[in-house]
Amino acid sequence: MQDILRPESKVGIHGWGTYVPRYRLPMNEILRMWGWPPGQEKGLGMKEKAVAGLDEDSVTMGWEAALNAIKRAKVNPGKIGAVFFGTESKPYAVKPSATIIAEALGITPETMASDLEFACRAASEGLRSTIGLVASNMIEYGLVIGSDTAQSSPGDVLEFTASSGAVAYIIGSRKGSVAYFEGSYTYVTDTPDFWRRALAPYPKHGEGFTGEPAYFHHIEMSVKGLLEELGLRPSDFDYAVFHQPNGKFPLRVATRLGFPKEKVLPGLVTPEIGNTYNASALLGLARVLDTARPGERVLVAPFGSGAGSDAYSVVVTDVIEERKNLAPKFNDYLLRKKTIDYALYAKYRRLYISYY
Amino acid sequence: MTVEDLSVPAHWRRRLTYYRLVAGRCKKCGRLHYPPAPACPYCGSKDLELIEINNKGKLETYTIIYSAPGKSRGRAPIIVGVVNIEGLRIVSELTDIEPEELKTGIDVEPVLRRMDEDTNKGIIRYAIKFRPVLVPKSEERG
Repeated sequence: MQDILRPESKVGIHGWGTYVPRYRLPMNEILRMWGWPPGQEKGLGMKEKAVAGLDEDSVTMGWEAALNAIKRAKVNPGKIGAVFFGTESKPYAVKPSATIIAEALGITPETMASDLEFACRAASEGLRSTIGLVASNMIEYGLVIGSDTAQSSPGDVLEFTASSGAVAYIIGSRKGSVAYFEGSYTYVTDTPDFWRRALAPYPKHGEGFTGEPAYFHHIEMSVKGLLEELGLRPSDFDYAVFHQPNGKFPLRVATRLGFPKEKVLPGLVTPEIGNTYNASALLGLARVLDTARPGERVLVAPFGSGAGSDAYSVVVTDVIEERKNLAPKFNDYLLRKKTIDYALYAKYRRLYISYY
Repeated sequence: MTVEDLSVPAHWRRRLTYYRLVAGRCKKCGRLHYPPAPACPYCGSKDLELIEINNKGKLETYTIIYSAPGKSRGRAPIIVGVVNIEGLRIVSELTDIEPEELKTGIDVEPVLRRMDEDTNKGIIRYAIKFRPVLVPKSEERG
């Protein structure tokens, strides 16, 4: 592979940040509300899901994750030259969310700033783009945010998993990074497994069609492509993090690719907080970084319906030890929880129609 | 902080105060005031500078609004507190806390949240609220 097509090794992660809202909806509340058969949630590997509060949205959650990433990176916000916000639940149909966050964090005005859309994969596309921008010296640092308050029609099976959360990364040169990229690989096709039309409040999905031709095919192709290009095998990795639409798919795709369960569980967050869409796999990576040791290698493979997957190989450096405690960890947010019932969930998700 | 029902341009002009907790500091008497004013409320000097005060504070007192009026009804109960940051008292909404969890003297920190929406124009007003400080609880290696 020519060097011009392999710029990743010049680039690394300088800071990572997570955010999970406080509220949790247990699965039995959904079972009770909609008359699902007992144990329905077990097929999805779910325990409970995180719910954004009434005053939260993808912007506020993304802001907090980005703030944590900046704290860890110890970077002057004015040096951030790009803000990419990946979401499929942006508060405005037209008006960038990225500029709100950039303004609130003191990154504006000399920066690129865009909202990206590719179902759950948009933030990952932002990550690949940022790697290119940093490697080419077009920018010194970039901020990539994945944040979603995922929509699901009440009563739809999607309601078991659609949740809220955010993750953010400060990307810069390999020098001084907490983890550097060895390579990345993208695989996309036109596959209608999940979509939401304009003005439609909730997405539609292709039931079982979301599995084989979408999730499994694209992740397997991106990971195999990456491994082949880098000459690596599953045994070369300490952790493997895949997109997490539920608690079962990541374990199944890992098995098919030759990664043992033990390498997947540390980054598997969906059983405890649900599918955070654009955060998902990148949130799993952040949880791994919270405890990773220098020299460890992580495989990360986000996926987005529509469909596409990216695979990255990330190697942790010595710098990580001094950065871990500069911001709250994923588990700090995980343990800060308050259980709510479906009635309050419906209020927080704005499912009631009020006339004042 | 609390947000007035401002027009879109008026809210935009104050966005830094709402987003970042920017206070005014008087270069003559050295005292802080919030939100920033054209002149120091203590000595009248117009020789001021803006500084960010994104520090943790203590909840001095609070009130709970159960009978929220108009479009705010759906947000009830609304909790408003007085937060003391280095001697500066800020009136602000509190979030991520329930009425039964409130206690004066707790440590709070600023977070960006949705305050309300302009029902005519549809603009979303974001502003700083305060929540109980996130205490690290995870016992992890590293």
